[in-house]
Amino acid sequence: MLNSPSPFGALLLLAGSLTAAPAGAMTVYVSNEKGSSISVIDGDSLKVTDTIEVGNRPRGIALSSDNRYLYICASDDDHIEILDTESLKIVGTLPSGPDPELLVISPDGKHLYVANEDDNLVTVVDLETRDAIAEIPVGVEPEGMGVSPDGKTVVNTSETTNMAHFIDVETFEITGNVLVDQRPRIAEFTADGEEVWVSAEIGGTVSVIDAATREVRHKIEFEVAGLQPEAIQPVGVRILKDRSKAFVALGPANRVAIVDGNTYEVIDYILVGQRVWQLSLTPDETQLYSTNGVSNDVTVIDVVNEKAVKSIPVGSFPWGVAIKP
Amino acid sequence: MFKAMIAVACCVLAGTAAAQEQAIDIPIVFLSRTEEPKLPLSFVDPVVEDPGVWGARLAVEDNKTTGKFLGHEYELIEAIVPADGDVTATFQEQVQAGRRLFVSDLPREDLLKVAEHADAADTLIFNGRVGDDDLRTDTCHPQIFHTAPSRSMRTDALVQFLVWKRWSRLFLLSGTQDGDVAYADAIRRSAKKFGAEIVSEDTYAYSPVARRTDSGHIQIQQQMPLATQEGGEYDILIVADESGIFGEYLPFNTFSPRPVAGTHGLVATSWHRVQEQWGSTQFQRRFTEIAGRWMEERDYGAWLGIRAIGEAVTRVGSTDVGALRSYLRGEDFALGGFKGVGLSFRPWSQQMRQPVLLVNKRILVSASPQPGFLHERTPLDSLGYDMPETRCALQ
Repeated sequence: MLNSPSPFGALLLLAGSLTAAPAGAMTVYVSNEKGSSISVIDGDSLKVTDTIEVGNRPRGIALSSDNRYLYICASDDDHIEILDTESLKIVGTLPSGPDPELLVISPDGKHLYVANEDDNLVTVVDLETRDAIAEIPVGVEPEGMGVSPDGKTVVNTSETTNMAHFIDVETFEITGNVLVDQRPRIAEFTADGEEVWVSAEIGGTVSVIDAATREVRHKIEFEVAGLQPEAIQPVGVRILKDRSKAFVALGPANRVAIVDGNTYEVIDYILVGQRVWQLSLTPDETQLYSTNGVSNDVTVIDVVNEKAVKSIPVGSFPWGVAIKP
Repeated sequence: MFKAMIAVACCVLAGTAAAQEQAIDIPIVFLSRTEEPKLPLSFVDPVVEDPGVWGARLAVEDNKTTGKFLGHEYELIEAIVPADGDVTATFQEQVQAGRRLFVSDLPREDLLKVAEHADAADTLIFNGRVGDDDLRTDTCHPQIFHTAPSRSMRTDALVQFLVWKRWSRLFLLSGTQDGDVAYADAIRRSAKKFGAEIVSEDTYAYSPVARRTDSGHIQIQQQMPLATQEGGEYDILIVADESGIFGEYLPFNTFSPRPVAGTHGLVATSWHRVQEQWGSTQFQRRFTEIAGRWMEERDYGAWLGIRAIGEAVTRVGSTDVGALRSYLRGEDFALGGFKGVGLSFRPWSQQMRQPVLLVNKRILVSASPQPGFLHERTPLDSLGYDMPETRCALQ
């Protein structure tokens, strides 16, 4: 019943990104961790148009490469649910191992990589057959998952081991381990594939790792006047394709930091909602959405003017966010 | 087979890829003494089998997983002193076998014997159990690091919360055993520190009775109001009963309709099963899976000690006691302990800074430090004795 992502779909996506689809056509999906639901936001009116009940404790979400399906980590149900973004119905589940938290999909749309915190494994799921085809032992409490633009490397972060593990997707073997600061949460490649940015929630930093040499090039630190350093807990990371700007969600600091993607200097801090965790850029990169867990809302940030333009109430404890063009 | 092959492949590759790997063996000794398990007054509370050691076992597993990427081999040696045995003999034996890193689940007297032993000079000992304040303020040992919170950290955590609630008129009801007296002293100090007022005090001498007494509740229902009728006008009753002899009987049996906190009722603790915040779900689950029971404070204390060793060895790349000690005391050391902030050691007393949980055994009520209790270094230092208040200045 589930269509595997077709080459045609991938072509459409490519075409879409070349012509920069008008912002009005966008749909934003937000997982509500405590509400066990997905809020659907119309990217034009910035209003919630639907709330869909899903499995228990939905956290990480990602769209298929043709944008037809939204994959949802239903953490307390120990599987991944597949939401049809047209019918807004759950149309299937995928194996994930216990307590899936974050997932990424390979650029060709064929594989899904998911971190299993309980078993210290990264599971690889074939999206066509829906089978788990490999399990890769990593450090304690794997969480963040990043995939290189060429699809050849997956980076996983382990929260208690404090490493970024580089995984070769051909052999499913670890090819490098890089120590970062305490409790690494997210691994995000730059569009040129040169760097991986890894946020450390307890360490309070973002490590910029050279993807070729596997060495930490730079450690970005944050400082907000009037805030205790402990309150600065970097989680979500998004980087513009041309690297002119990058965005880091700072958790209970209630701010998103704007960082120069080339010099690593922090440019500014934007006040958003409470305990900001995950971020997503619109396909045209003009807007950034942040999920604010404690204040039960998402903030829309104008990327060009570096300002928060709207906050939209969603369900209870919003966690993940994905945007369909 | 499939998994095993991958595991081998990863380790071989890891050996060539990362920065500071060289094969290191890290044996860690868990020191404890055989004791009779404590019977809680409530039948709902589990009788805890083997407290402490399961935390050590989990932590060593966590260290091993990390170590395999770096060529670091961790080993746990469980050295359990028999009930009537001599702790110094056990300790000496381990030091002679070349072991330098210890995690102690020993009671106070044993911990002090070990700390004062001549062989202790070139060791590190992590105390995951004893919370006595004098070991942080007067009798500090350079080789001891405390991962267990001190008694005053607990009472400060509790009183901060009560002051935040504006329940600042306290009625202190203390037992008569040593621990009760120490707890009551800590409460008096915390009340003074944060501006709460002890409006009345009373002591209660109660002998341990069998927890199974038919019709026992009838007597309790009469005794507890009597024991609490001298409280006057107060907001909350603070009970000091560290041995757990009568405190459990107080909630709903007090003379005045007031809540109970302290060693019973609302309790300040380093760890409890009700805590699922800050990503601790997997941690609680991992523990229950191997131990077959919930994680208790002494397990958490031992876990922190071994993880602190693991973190220091990972970053320093050696097992040299001096190098590890200086890293552990330094500003770069931070340990994730599932409490939302990095945990570190106060250099003057080598007490681990940590948030303290406030639980009612059913649910996590709060965690201190509370908002607004600031400190020049870190809000965590608003809990327990601060540097100027101690006579310890470990170097």
